[in-house]
Amino acid sequence: MFSRAYKAAVTLPPLVWVTVFLLVPYGLMFCYSFWSVSESQTIVHSWNLANYRQLLKVDVYWQTLLRSMWIAARVTIFSLLMGYPLAYFLSFYAGRRKDLLYQLVIIPLWVSYLVRAYAWKTILGSDGVLNTLLQYVHLTRHPLEFLLYSPFAVVLTLTHIYTPFAFLPIYAALEHIPRNLVEASHDLGATPGQTFWKVIFPLSIPGVAAGATFAFVLSLGDFLAPLLLGGPSGIMISNVVVSLFGAAYNWPLGAAISLCMLVLVVSLLFFSERLEKKWSFS
Amino acid sequence: MTMTSAADAGSRAPLLSIRKVAKHFGRNVVLRDISLDVAEGEFLTILGESGSGKTTLLRIIAGFERASAGELWMGEERLDRQPPYRRRVNTVFQNYALFPHLTVEQNVAYGLRVAKRPEAEIASRVEEALDKVKMAAYAKSKPSRISGGQQQRIALARALVNRPRLLLLDEPLSALDANLRRQMQVELKSLQREVGISFIFVTHDQEEAMVMSDRIALLRSGELEQVATPREIYGRPATAYAAQFIGHTNLLKCEVRGGMVRCAPLSWSAALPDGPALFSLRPENIRMTTASTTIAGSVRVRGKVSHQAFHGATELIRVECRDGLVLVVRTPGGGGALDEVELEFCSTDAVLVRESLVRESPGRESLVRESAERI
Repeated sequence: MFSRAYKAAVTLPPLVWVTVFLLVPYGLMFCYSFWSVSESQTIVHSWNLANYRQLLKVDVYWQTLLRSMWIAARVTIFSLLMGYPLAYFLSFYAGRRKDLLYQLVIIPLWVSYLVRAYAWKTILGSDGVLNTLLQYVHLTRHPLEFLLYSPFAVVLTLTHIYTPFAFLPIYAALEHIPRNLVEASHDLGATPGQTFWKVIFPLSIPGVAAGATFAFVLSLGDFLAPLLLGGPSGIMISNVVVSLFGAAYNWPLGAAISLCMLVLVVSLLFFSERLEKKWSFS
Repeated sequence: MTMTSAADAGSRAPLLSIRKVAKHFGRNVVLRDISLDVAEGEFLTILGESGSGKTTLLRIIAGFERASAGELWMGEERLDRQPPYRRRVNTVFQNYALFPHLTVEQNVAYGLRVAKRPEAEIASRVEEALDKVKMAAYAKSKPSRISGGQQQRIALARALVNRPRLLLLDEPLSALDANLRRQMQVELKSLQREVGISFIFVTHDQEEAMVMSDRIALLRSGELEQVATPREIYGRPATAYAAQFIGHTNLLKCEVRGGMVRCAPLSWSAALPDGPALFSLRPENIRMTTASTTIAGSVRVRGKVSHQAFHGATELIRVECRDGLVLVVRTPGGGGALDEVELEFCSTDAVLVRESLVRESPGRESLVRESAERI
């Protein structure tokens, strides 16, 4: 139907884009992860598994990776716990206010990530809004130190930032549920609670899977929130990668960690997609 | 058969009593003062054009919509105060609304599961229901894997397995092709007789309504035009709209004076008070005649054939008479081309009908023209 020239014109630009900005960098990263750094701070192009061995041997790397995953997992859970009820309310009960509320959920996404992270710094710091308030009402005598520069601050900030990302696919999935299925369920004698668990929730699983994947993958790779609010105990794996590519000048080790994360994330996406496919019926 | 069930409807306490139900969405009035009784075991059809409010009425009975005024009673129980999941009413939805994540079997079992019936009972009742609609072979299939007609049967089984007192069907056959549709009409009717549950069937298809119903409730712009058996509503339509909506008809705008009905060039005698009157005359009640003698009570008129529409078994012929009178006549088909004809009908076949109650009804002239042009 279409001429070959047309097909080429349409497919070539994305192909070039993907090659230059994705395939080549990933290929380079893959190669780097098997190279090493000499004592004179030059990259040695000899193939070996030293970097990967080091990842397993040196506690700080895999512990940081585990901690990052644990932080990401908590962010995912809290984002779902915030995002799902919000999406459910908006989709089923908001009525005419639906569009307005939807915009309100989206608006934070227009604000720079940095501004939002700094906002939490202002709120949680020892002279911050929260501590001042707590002392003012005499709930505490001294500023609470764990609020800032802790995994708590990172989880809180990332949850705030990524809840809209969890919300959106859940909302889309809920909006796609034909309302007559809900009516059919009520018609067959199911209470609103039974209807939720037997019809609405199962049909929203693809959205939940997508939302959870967004929240987990995005927060796992996050480095700004831990940098600004994490303190020493809130360091995440991306901070390690950043320092390895920067000050530490150990690109090969950084590449090896990145590759591990890439494999982790890609397999996660793979499973999430399978879950979504299994639970979509249109 | 239809007469006895209609008589039964009068004698026994109704299963469902709709009392002065009204519904408006904002300023938009959808239903006005609907009162209707449904008898035990009755097949009642709510017939109306799209936008007549028939689906809204059904949704009010099911409980998805709240009436703005009026009451629903099921025996001694006030139905309209109950949420849908407490009503012993089940619905077959227009596009079936089968749960896509559940198998056919799980769909049918849904109502029994949420009612927490014992598993053994669920299994046997589901099997029985699937057998009844001849779908046992598809028990493990997902709804997306079966055809529209099969989904229709599953929707029916899913509703009937709960043994409701009343089954509501919202244009369940509209998505099926013509042949399957006719087959399902027969099946649905015989299934209804077999289970003995009252059906309220919503459709816009007057033929479907005629074939299946014990009684038809004709709805127009949110008001009931007539509630009667199919024979009654066809033979004795109460309003001009009823006469036109169900089958073809000729609407005659007449003037009564001194016991004579006049509709130039026609006239016949009738015991009616003086004033304007509207008559419905079915095309099949008009004959072409060649006889020179007139039987008592018959009315004759000459006219010129302006259009012939062949329908197979019959032929509809449009005849233009004197004084702008146009009559549509149904004759046995295959008469060949016609020109000048002599028409005859029995004056008792002309049924006096009311103007429709609805205010925005078009004028008589246009109604008459419309009916003649519909052939």
